[in-house]
Amino acid sequence: MKEIDYLAPSSLGEAYAALQTGKTSAFLAGGTDIIVQLREGRKQVDQLIDVKHIPELVSYKWTDDGGLEIGAAVPFAEIYGDAEIVHRLPCLIDCATLVGGIQIQSRACFGGNIGNSGPAADTIPALIALGATLTVGSADGLRDIRLEEFFTGPGQNVLGSGELIVKVNIPPQPANSGSFFHRFIPRNEMDIAVVNVGARLDLDSNGERIEGARISVGAVAPTPLYVAAAGDALVGEAPTDEAFARAADIAADAATPITDMRGSIAQRVHLTRVLTNRALNEALARSRED
Amino acid sequence: MPTRRTHIQTNLNGEEVDFLCEPRQSLLEVLREELGLTGTKEGCNNGNCGACSVIMNGRVVNSCCVLGVEAEGAEVTTIEGVAEGEALHPLQQCFLEEAALQCGVCTPGFIIASKALLDSEPSPDEGRIRHWLAGNLCRCTGYDKIVRAVLKASDMEEVSA
Amino acid sequence: MTTTEKPDYKVVGTRPIRPDGVEKVTGKALYGADINLPGLVHGAVLRSPHAHARIVSIDTSAAQAMPGVLAVVTHADLPVVSDKALDMGEGISTASDMSKNVLAADKVLYRGHAVAGVAATNVHDALSALEAIKVEYEVLPPVLNVQDAMREDAPLLDDSRHTKTPTGDLSDNASNIAAHTRFEGGDVEAAFAAADIVVEREFDTKMVHQGYIEPHNGTANWNSDGTLTVWTSTQGAFAVRSALSELLKLPVSRIRVIPMEIGGGFGGKIGLYLEPIAAILSRKSGRPVQLTMDRTDVFQATGPTSGGHMKGKIAVKDGKITAAEVSLAFEAGAFPGSPVGAGAMCMLSPYEVENFKVDAFDVVVNKPKVAAYRAPGAPNASFCVEQLIDELARESGADPLQFRLSNSAREGSRMITGVAHPRIGHEETVQAVQSSDHYQSPIEGPNRGRGVASGFWFNAGMQSSVIASVNPDGTVNLIEGSTDIGGTRASLAMQLAETLGIEYERIRPTVADTDSVGHNDVTGGSRTTYASGQAVYEAGLDVQQQMVSRAAKLWECETEDVEYVDGSLRHKSDSEKTITFAELAGKQMETGGPLQGRGTVMARTPGAAFGVHLVDVEVDTETGKVEILRYTIAQDVGTAVHPSYVEGQMQGGVVQGIGWALNEEYYYGEDGRMENSSFLDYRMPTSLDLPMIDTIIVEVPNPGHPFGVRGVGEVPIVPPLAAIANAINDATGHRFTELPISPRRVVEELHNLQ
Ligand SMILES: Cc1cc2nc3c(=O)[nH]c(=O)nc-3n(C[C@H](O)[C@H](O)[C@H](O)COP(=O)(O)OP(=O)(O)OC[C@H]3O[C@@H](n4cnc5c(N)ncnc54)[C@H](O)[C@@H]3O)c2cc1C
Ligand code: FES
Ligand code: FES
Repeated sequence: MKEIDYLAPSSLGEAYAALQTGKTSAFLAGGTDIIVQLREGRKQVDQLIDVKHIPELVSYKWTDDGGLEIGAAVPFAEIYGDAEIVHRLPCLIDCATLVGGIQIQSRACFGGNIGNSGPAADTIPALIALGATLTVGSADGLRDIRLEEFFTGPGQNVLGSGELIVKVNIPPQPANSGSFFHRFIPRNEMDIAVVNVGARLDLDSNGERIEGARISVGAVAPTPLYVAAAGDALVGEAPTDEAFARAADIAADAATPITDMRGSIAQRVHLTRVLTNRALNEALARSRED
Repeated sequence: MPTRRTHIQTNLNGEEVDFLCEPRQSLLEVLREELGLTGTKEGCNNGNCGACSVIMNGRVVNSCCVLGVEAEGAEVTTIEGVAEGEALHPLQQCFLEEAALQCGVCTPGFIIASKALLDSEPSPDEGRIRHWLAGNLCRCTGYDKIVRAVLKASDMEEVSA
Repeated sequence: MTTTEKPDYKVVGTRPIRPDGVEKVTGKALYGADINLPGLVHGAVLRSPHAHARIVSIDTSAAQAMPGVLAVVTHADLPVVSDKALDMGEGISTASDMSKNVLAADKVLYRGHAVAGVAATNVHDALSALEAIKVEYEVLPPVLNVQDAMREDAPLLDDSRHTKTPTGDLSDNASNIAAHTRFEGGDVEAAFAAADIVVEREFDTKMVHQGYIEPHNGTANWNSDGTLTVWTSTQGAFAVRSALSELLKLPVSRIRVIPMEIGGGFGGKIGLYLEPIAAILSRKSGRPVQLTMDRTDVFQATGPTSGGHMKGKIAVKDGKITAAEVSLAFEAGAFPGSPVGAGAMCMLSPYEVENFKVDAFDVVVNKPKVAAYRAPGAPNASFCVEQLIDELARESGADPLQFRLSNSAREGSRMITGVAHPRIGHEETVQAVQSSDHYQSPIEGPNRGRGVASGFWFNAGMQSSVIASVNPDGTVNLIEGSTDIGGTRASLAMQLAETLGIEYERIRPTVADTDSVGHNDVTGGSRTTYASGQAVYEAGLDVQQQMVSRAAKLWECETEDVEYVDGSLRHKSDSEKTITFAELAGKQMETGGPLQGRGTVMARTPGAAFGVHLVDVEVDTETGKVEILRYTIAQDVGTAVHPSYVEGQMQGGVVQGIGWALNEEYYYGEDGRMENSSFLDYRMPTSLDLPMIDTIIVEVPNPGHPFGVRGVGEVPIVPPLAAIANAINDATGHRFTELPISPRRVVEELHNLQ
């Protein structure tokens, strides 16, 4: 690795100041992306800003209206170690428990997964399905961004050079709602998604009609996709196999994948359809729990 | 230009230790090169194999994906800190009895990861063990005897608890 | 399961704790990268970014001038060496090819090919210095598979290479085909013409890696007296010594190789990569130099095993296999020497086949030079033959195991080499699977299937030597020279304990360096427990004999009057006169001084091994994922010295085979770059991808070994590829002829995508 400076600000203010020095920076959350990228020369910066000493980034809390705000640097292991989150937001647990292996989950976090902005990142389709927003901070203050509007290309996002992600906000979920995240990898762990899908279904109180749906697909385009049309096509429909199949077709049509060592174009388009279908069925099952 | 080295203090295997390191050095590099603790192994240097597992502040991590400077004020347990004097940890004993190692290069990582599991869940079943250990690669054993060793150690720990 | 009455062993067949175990579970054992020496400096290697290019020039001056840099080497620093064949124990290469592989000469032949080495005060500086080395390349088109490489108009890796043809002559035209070998017997055409059923198919496999967890390493110290000391993780310290001697033109007497603990090899840690570079860097810098590879280097620049293309055709008449015609073309990588010959010789060996024609092509391509990998060549070749056998059994309406049994080779059957099998255990192994609980339980459920396959491996013999020194407290120091990759200290100590009739705990085995023990060939070819075991037995007998004469001296009688029984010496006619091994060991001073036994062997009849595998799978036909539901391996091991480590070898081999069958491959871009050179993307099985692997140890003792031992380590990787393909065929009705049978391939073929 090239020589690098290391800073560990203990407040947002200190972090913002560190961003003003004119040096190129990267953030160090769990380090599971950035340390490897710096070592392999895929990225080069003057300074690493360790964000794990900033209180706002390493804590999480439920909001009064039932939403969840997660500091950008809270490791996944802490999230899935919380029984209430496991119970109330199982879709979050779907993705948090399958990033890397246990060692990775001890350190990796939502802020890092989002900050790295990989097209195949596993937490992003889940969070988009849940309707998450990001709170981003800079010396100028805080602003909120819808997650699906955050990414601009592989490894690229709308974050300005003075900004960092402070927290991820998951809005309260409707009463008869269910969400599910599904990933396909050749092994059963320790693999990067060939395709991943997050799906949320909001049903009416009888569970007979879909009132809202959100579908997001990863690893099939330069950024994670929010396929609004696939969700919209379900609104007003009964949750049937036929309706799900139509939504899955729309999701598959939106996919513009590449062929690489992880999968082929044809395989990925095919899997988009299969996984969307499966995720919708699982989301439906969850909407009926409790 | 001399490289900047930072002074770091950490609790390593129950002892307070000091060392100097550059920000670019991983915890793995520091353990092996600066502190002479070569029991923690490097298999990939990019988080893919678990050979470099250590327990840091109660959680198992890949030390190749942690910077040495991040160990400031931390509590770190390496394979060298698992046995108590001559008394092997039940996991170490069971790995020996069950022939859960062949070449042995993955073994420190597996024992550390398994210890982190048993520390938090004293009686995991086979599926849980397989899931927990998926971040640790072993190319020699096919995992069968490793999983059995962990199952046996969890039985022993239960008995002794 | 034992087929013959086993002698009443006291130690052999038990499961003691291995002597090096405590060190390994406490992190104290020293592997190659763990060594530290006074003044040690680190190095790094510059590698080719191209798969095929001519090196126009190399300028190292800027690197040389950088802070911290102590020395730089290129091929020009290596002595010119001959074309002399170097037998490394598993796989033969020439000195000049090896030298050009260690550091590229005029051409780079694969991406990752070493071009220069740097030593610096720390590894980060060494890595920075690499960027300052200027290499000008003239990029050439790469050839990346055997079909392309064999075409007449293919770009040539070496313009001066001609094919060695079956007659021994060289081909007229230069070619990427280094050698064509043929095995022929009987009348193939007539047999095919007369057959009831003939099946014929083509198969493809990809290059795969052994995947040992410890990367290669090499530490060298060129001493001021002109001697060289090398510390390395190797399967054969003596092979390293002799190859270094050839490459550096240094007599073996001036080289000392100290084998460190080795973190897996499977055949891949026999050849030389870093050691010669570290040696020259040390000579130039005057400091001990350590080089280690990172994982990408290990994938791109060590020795994986061949992928290739195969064509097979087998005939059956009246339920008997009557003819086989098989053509195998294997990638050798950048220099000749694929295991295609071994594959050819193994694949039909479980069966009696009277009429056969087998062609084997050794083909160079722009990929790393292959090395041995567990039963080299046999798994790929069996992927072809065992699928054809499965198809023939199906078409004959026969049970696949029964079909194998009725066609099984037995003692006296001839292999395609013409050599007759000695006492072998293929039939017993098939029967063991037939009567297993697994085979007796039917497989049910949609998209589930069951497959079987047989496998054969010769096993190696070769040379070993050991020393057994008796300590005054009745323990014995066993000095051996075979590196211990998976528990051979234990299996050798056990055989000495058995020979001497004393407890296993009294044997203290040590793996010595090349200055401290006689020659030992590599730990490879499944030979160590077998061949070094014979040397140990000889050493034990030597100790026994010396003890007998010492007891005779003590008792003032003839040696004929003394017998050695169960770790004690007895006067044959005076029952008062007995002395235990330990007591006599304590009287060495009085009875003639230090007592040391020696054993050396040139083992010739290794005793082949057979394995029969049974696997159940479930295929998710929508995603293409194959799950291994249950796996049983039965294998003839001769005699299981330490059954736990025998099972471990079987399980480990199976799991490597599962990885090879389902996911592992070198995935190349068109530019000849391996794109998946990390453990994340190379996808070896994790614990979560597997069930327990059930083992059935079959013991048909090897008449060529005092305890009946056969090599165990290699044959378990031979059948899984075909067994799994057969199971997937059973589950889906589709026969997959290309590896890996990855989810991508499964969905693409089942759904006719593209
Ligand atoms: C072996 C292995 C397996 C993996 N498996 C998976 C997987 O299954 N699924 C998956 O999605 N990923 C996987 N990853 C990638 C990685 O673990 C995840 O992307 C992880 O969530 C990154 O989090 P981190 O905290 O480690 O990020 P870091 O490495 O600390 O940071 C990643 C990036 O985010 C930026 N960043 C961090 N925090 C902030 C912030 N607060 N504001 C703005 N930018 C920030 C950094 O500058 C950096 O560019 C794997 C990685 C490894 C090594
Ligand atoms: S060396 Fe750290 S995970 Fe492999
Ligand atoms: S014992 Fe060799 S890698 Fe696990």
